[in-house]
Amino acid sequence: MTVYDPSDSVVTATLDEQPATRRAGAFRRLLRTPLGLASLVALAVVVLLGLLEPILSTHDPLFASLEHINAPVGTPGWPLGGDQYGRDIWARVLTSINVSLVSALIGAGVGISVGTVFGLIAGYVGKRTDAVASWVFNLLMTFPALVLVMVLYPVVGSAYQGMMLIFGVFLAPGIFRLVRNLVEGVRNELYVDAAKVSGLSNLRILSRHVFYVVRGPVIISAAFLSSAAIGVQAGLAFLGFGSTQTPSFGSMTSDAFQSIYTQPVQLVWPALFLAVLNGGLILLGNAYRDVLAGPQSTRTKKRSLHEATVVGSATPRTAPSRSAGGLLSVRNLRVQYPAPEGGMKTVVDGLSLDVQPGEIVGLVGESGSGKTQTAFSVLGLLPKEAHITADVMTLAGDSLLGKKPAALRALRGGTISYVPQEPMANLDPSFTIGSQLMEGLVKGMSRKEAKEAILALLDRVGIPDPERTFRSYPHQISGGMAQRVLIAGAVVSRPKLLIADEPTTALDVTVQAEILDLLRELQRELGMGVLLVTHNFGVVADLCDRVVVMKQGELVEEGSVRDIFHRPSRPYTRELVGAILDEQTVRSDRPADNASRKDDLR
Amino acid sequence: MTALLEVEDLRLTYPGRGFRRRSAEILKGISLSISPGETLGLVGESGSGKTTLGRAVLGLAAPTGGAIRFEGRDITHASPRDRRALARDIQVVFQDPYTSLNPALQIADILAEPLIAQGTNPIEARRTALTLLDRVGMPSNSAERYPREFSGGQRQRVAIARALALRPKLIVCDEPVSALDLTTQARVMDLFIELQRETGVAYLFITHDLSVVRHISHRVAVMYRGELVETGDTAVVTSTPSHSYTRDLLLAAPTPDPDRQRERREARRELRAAQAARTAP
Repeated sequence: MTVYDPSDSVVTATLDEQPATRRAGAFRRLLRTPLGLASLVALAVVVLLGLLEPILSTHDPLFASLEHINAPVGTPGWPLGGDQYGRDIWARVLTSINVSLVSALIGAGVGISVGTVFGLIAGYVGKRTDAVASWVFNLLMTFPALVLVMVLYPVVGSAYQGMMLIFGVFLAPGIFRLVRNLVEGVRNELYVDAAKVSGLSNLRILSRHVFYVVRGPVIISAAFLSSAAIGVQAGLAFLGFGSTQTPSFGSMTSDAFQSIYTQPVQLVWPALFLAVLNGGLILLGNAYRDVLAGPQSTRTKKRSLHEATVVGSATPRTAPSRSAGGLLSVRNLRVQYPAPEGGMKTVVDGLSLDVQPGEIVGLVGESGSGKTQTAFSVLGLLPKEAHITADVMTLAGDSLLGKKPAALRALRGGTISYVPQEPMANLDPSFTIGSQLMEGLVKGMSRKEAKEAILALLDRVGIPDPERTFRSYPHQISGGMAQRVLIAGAVVSRPKLLIADEPTTALDVTVQAEILDLLRELQRELGMGVLLVTHNFGVVADLCDRVVVMKQGELVEEGSVRDIFHRPSRPYTRELVGAILDEQTVRSDRPADNASRKDDLR
Repeated sequence: MTALLEVEDLRLTYPGRGFRRRSAEILKGISLSISPGETLGLVGESGSGKTTLGRAVLGLAAPTGGAIRFEGRDITHASPRDRRALARDIQVVFQDPYTSLNPALQIADILAEPLIAQGTNPIEARRTALTLLDRVGMPSNSAERYPREFSGGQRQRVAIARALALRPKLIVCDEPVSALDLTTQARVMDLFIELQRETGVAYLFITHDLSVVRHISHRVAVMYRGELVETGDTAVVTSTPSHSYTRDLLLAAPTPDPDRQRERREARRELRAAQAARTAP
């Protein structure tokens, strides 16, 4: 895990326990949403009406009967009445549906196919191809599409299909940009590299590995583009572009406009069907987008700003009075998260922990053991969905139970401070190192004094040129330097307890050794207690006095660092220590022995 | 024994971005060779160029100088068609099992894909996929499941199975155990060794972890800032290194024993002090 994500361990754990479940298809999930179902049904009804036009209408949409000029709704044979020329409105509506659908198919179809094909190619090939294609499509985007379609009207002729073809080309740049950016994002995914190494042709990689990423967003855009094409076709026809022989919602609206004071109801029919078509398409697109984003949106990906507070247990197992002195004292800590399928998922279960002043305690365990969750509940940094209870949680004699977030905030950066795993991710790229460190300094200090204190501190944590680093932005320094900066920020307030979460995992081994040296020196100088969360037993051996071993949220064993390494009492600890790669054993078999053995795999 | 893979004076430079930017030389003349059935451990820190070297061998990065030969054939600038044919001989296992498997494909499809690409018929390929799963110790019901249903260690087993599908002669392993938990890491490494003994595949095993290298490699090559500083038998390089950088690397790796770690720390401090004294005017 590179970036801290509290829900990660929870979700992986639940997935592992589940039996194999096939993901329900996106379409089936779409049918399960009320919005998706409603818009699909509405669209299906309209489309069906259009398709059944030969059966449902008794007249040709162009047939004019003098007896039925402005005939009222409900006239036998003229269910929606006649228009000002005596044409059957019902027949005209049905034909207009077909015209709209064909417009949508042509407009969106051309836009999507041109945009997707070129987007896939430009995004995947990159370099010059991408530059040329992007330039052309950007140029296309600057043309006012509607105006150009009108200008080209004399060239393409009066058939609406031709106009939609041209309009479709102008819809392509949007799709092109969407697809290109998505493809560029996946092009460097390792599974695409793996597919290349597997000997797949580019076409196969595009269709199997890249296209699936693009598919969802393109389908969503297809709905919106269809709606746009229908609207534009109607608009052009309303303005009088296109053959008068082709009934369409646009020309119907235009006709109805001429008798709007005498026969206002004639305006209702084209407007109604146009609204259902366009609204249905847009809502369908929205519903499909929600379906695709579904599982992620219900789960809070980012850590919320409102921190959860630790609540005292309802039924304490240990009497609160029994809390020993110590710097940090935790009894019966329990952290739970609401599980997606209901109920609660426990990630830390009844953990007790003590850190004495000036002591370095290692909190060890594999991923999903709850070690980070434990550290974060002490810091008060777990997301608000977390239910945290404990019988006792005291820091330097002060109970943390039920403390308001504001009070906890005051503690953090004061009595208790924190060194994270990913130094770069924890520095704001848009501010200089100096300004970020100054922020944490105690108020009531002049800027000059604060700067001097920071410079002295940067020097103390082993940064070669403090003045320059002070003025640098995070991307200008190395990962090791960034971690030194964060350590400087953590000790600036002379904390009593330092919580370090895998502080060297992201660093190179030579840098790691230096950071560990620095932590040890600072701990001695300031007499801090340190809670070190790590999975690396080398780091534990280097730094820790005492070790707490965790597995699946529970405490397995606790003891002095020598006992844990030399005399582990629990089987799990023995397994963990046993898994450490021995320093003495070097691989001894010869490669020739392997080469001669060429067994068939199968 | 003739070498399976030979890399000779390999250079790779990334052109600088923007106007008149300096280009970055990632590989500065690397030469190494791997025999059939051998594991060559490639050690170095981040930015040393070890991953780029692996990618050049795989054809994912284009060298700007030098040569890569596989079974005597020059593959430095192999054509796309030749590369596709080479897939049968050279395969890969990446570090991150979370992004190296396509989340939208079932495990069986992931494993069958390279076989189908090489012309095996789909039914046969799927049957082989099941055998492969069994071979890497995955439960038989995993074929119809998706990558996200598995833990990191299990996904890495799937990635290993995919690499084995075409029965290659060489697998480039780019930090394949770095993202795994300690106990999982040990098991996956045992799987690597076991598969090598059975199939005679050679590994170019890229890692930053010396203890992993010691466990799995016959020989070790140490990279530092785009150059190869030391090559030799694992036992020699990891106990009596000749280059000062390798010595640095060895002493910096913390050993999981509090008392021996203290000694190592002192030794490293002395080395550092000696280096400082030498460079001081």
